[in-house]
Amino acid sequence: MAEITYRDAVIRGIAQEMQRDNDVVFLGEDVAKAGGVFKATVGLYEQFGPLRVRDTPISEQAILGAAMGAAMTGLKPIAEIMFSDFFAVCFDYIANEFPKSRYMSNGQTKCPLVVRTGNGAGSRFGAQHSQSIENWCMMIPGLKVVAPSNPTDVIGLLAAAVRDPDPVIFFEHKSLYPTKGEVPDGEIVDRLGTAKIVRPGKDATILALALMVPRALAAAETLASEHGIEAEVVDVRSLVPLDTQTILSSVARTHRLFTVEENPRLCGWGAEIVSIVADEAFYDLDGPPVRITTPHIPLPAADNLEDIVLPTPARIVETVKRSLGC
Amino acid sequence: MATAKDRAQAQAASGVNDDIGEAKRLELYRTQVVIREAEQRAFDLFLQNLVKGTSHLSLGQEAVAAGFAVAMKPGDLSFCTYRGHAHTLARGVPVEKVLGELMQRDNGLMRGKGGSMHLTSEEHGVMGSYAIIGAHLPIACGAAWRAQYKGDKDVSVCFFGDGTTNIGAFHEALNFAAVWKLPVIFVCENNLYMEYTPIGDVTAVPHPAADRAAAYGLERIIVDGNDADAVYRTAQVAFDKARAGNGPSLIECLTYRHSGHSRADPAKYRPEGELEKWKERDPIKIYKERLKQFGIGDEAIAKIDAEVRKVVDDATEACKAAPVPPLDILTTDVYADGGWAWRN
Repeated sequence: MAEITYRDAVIRGIAQEMQRDNDVVFLGEDVAKAGGVFKATVGLYEQFGPLRVRDTPISEQAILGAAMGAAMTGLKPIAEIMFSDFFAVCFDYIANEFPKSRYMSNGQTKCPLVVRTGNGAGSRFGAQHSQSIENWCMMIPGLKVVAPSNPTDVIGLLAAAVRDPDPVIFFEHKSLYPTKGEVPDGEIVDRLGTAKIVRPGKDATILALALMVPRALAAAETLASEHGIEAEVVDVRSLVPLDTQTILSSVARTHRLFTVEENPRLCGWGAEIVSIVADEAFYDLDGPPVRITTPHIPLPAADNLEDIVLPTPARIVETVKRSLGC
Repeated sequence: MATAKDRAQAQAASGVNDDIGEAKRLELYRTQVVIREAEQRAFDLFLQNLVKGTSHLSLGQEAVAAGFAVAMKPGDLSFCTYRGHAHTLARGVPVEKVLGELMQRDNGLMRGKGGSMHLTSEEHGVMGSYAIIGAHLPIACGAAWRAQYKGDKDVSVCFFGDGTTNIGAFHEALNFAAVWKLPVIFVCENNLYMEYTPIGDVTAVPHPAADRAAAYGLERIIVDGNDADAVYRTAQVAFDKARAGNGPSLIECLTYRHSGHSRADPAKYRPEGELEKWKERDPIKIYKERLKQFGIGDEAIAKIDAEVRKVVDDATEACKAAPVPPLDILTTDVYADGGWAWRN
């Protein structure tokens, strides 16, 4: 075991897979010689050389298109889109090309690639460099969508993504890069499509993703210590495939459901899960499911404004407490 | 009847330099006729309401597809647009498979799951037909990157229309391919119209592809896209360059589509007489003359025409008799496990 940052876990995850398989290649803007704008790819260029770790022009369509062409013909590319907000300038590949080629070709073409991207708020970057856009990808048939919350999951889920035969969108949370966690030694390989109960509890289920996981955990501690409410916190980890069994069985035990989402409210991932729970576990519920989200606004830059729009431990505590009538 | 050897000797004696040779010329001719007959049949079947959805024909543009396909080696990869029937057929994909897909039958190339705009046949090196303008230029770069990385000798060829030269992905891909020195050939079929609007009305330079080449450090190449020999020769130079590790080429082929943009378009925006003028330079007409110039008789040409016609007739009947796709393929191949499960 060693304590490393989420940022260093990204480096270790990529290195683990590049070491294992020569077909794994990595491209993106400023990722090679500069080591990435978030310093999450430092040393890879030196370790794996200029043929496998490549700087690209500021050409997001070229990055994703090239990754796809390479994937179709035998490589296992990892492509970086620096900020997830930039998906909007290369969304053709995300929405039309990666996920549809296999289906349209009746199974002839393959697209085993990973797009890593810096997602999420908390850095005071304003509305075009702070968004949580995992729900943009969740809605597209053919994609897989992952968002780890801690260093061990970064390595394990990145390895699973690289080894997966489908296109996987891998959301790294920018505000988690400096956070630390204990990581086992040796190779780490996780499974996509698995949620994890990160804190057991009997009174309420709180679903969270990425940066919202530590916030949900902090809220759960307060709920327990100050209000006697034992909340179960589930790190959803993978939106597609979605581990509905873990979620439904948690709701069956706690009878209450809360989602904590960084994406703006409309059509956030929590809405889909709430709909599944309403369809399949309605009679397990003792009260209406509650979504705790960012409001339906662009993200502001100023720190006090940004802080107030994102779900906080205090807002989670307040919402759960009120809903449970405490 | 003179043998091929006799004809070659006669040409040598008359000073005509046949650098292409009879076998390749016959292949160029046959490929063009296959495209012409299949595309014309697709149009006829559309009029009978047997081709569903949309379709974008390459009638009049056959020489570009034939010239490049005949210059390709097995293993070379084609990336096409929605106007991709010609390039798909040119790589040897059976006519029945193409017509079947246009007719959305179970015998189609993708069993009706893709349709006219997405013809794909990996076993023939046809790596897909892309219906979002410009999308496949970066994708072709990626396939070429794989060849470069692995030391494979195949070349990726990306075909697109003149309209594509005004979308961002074109410029991103050209720069990317040039900087990375990728073994990729970008082939612009300039048929004068983006969709309904003349390309000249919406482009800052007279030659939409060639005049942009200098911006990416590439040679300005314009070729008569209605002359299969000219296309074939230009293609060979580009293939040699790519295989030698000397990077990409951008080639503008001047041509003309005889029909409208898609089946919905009667092409009334064209000035009177323009189509007729171009039909005088019909690539198949040009090539028949060429074959005769090199001593191939009417009889041999008619034989090819009849063989191709029979293939297309047989394919048409097979497609008409083929069932529609079964419902059980509706949810297959969304994911690599063959299914569509997004949850447990």
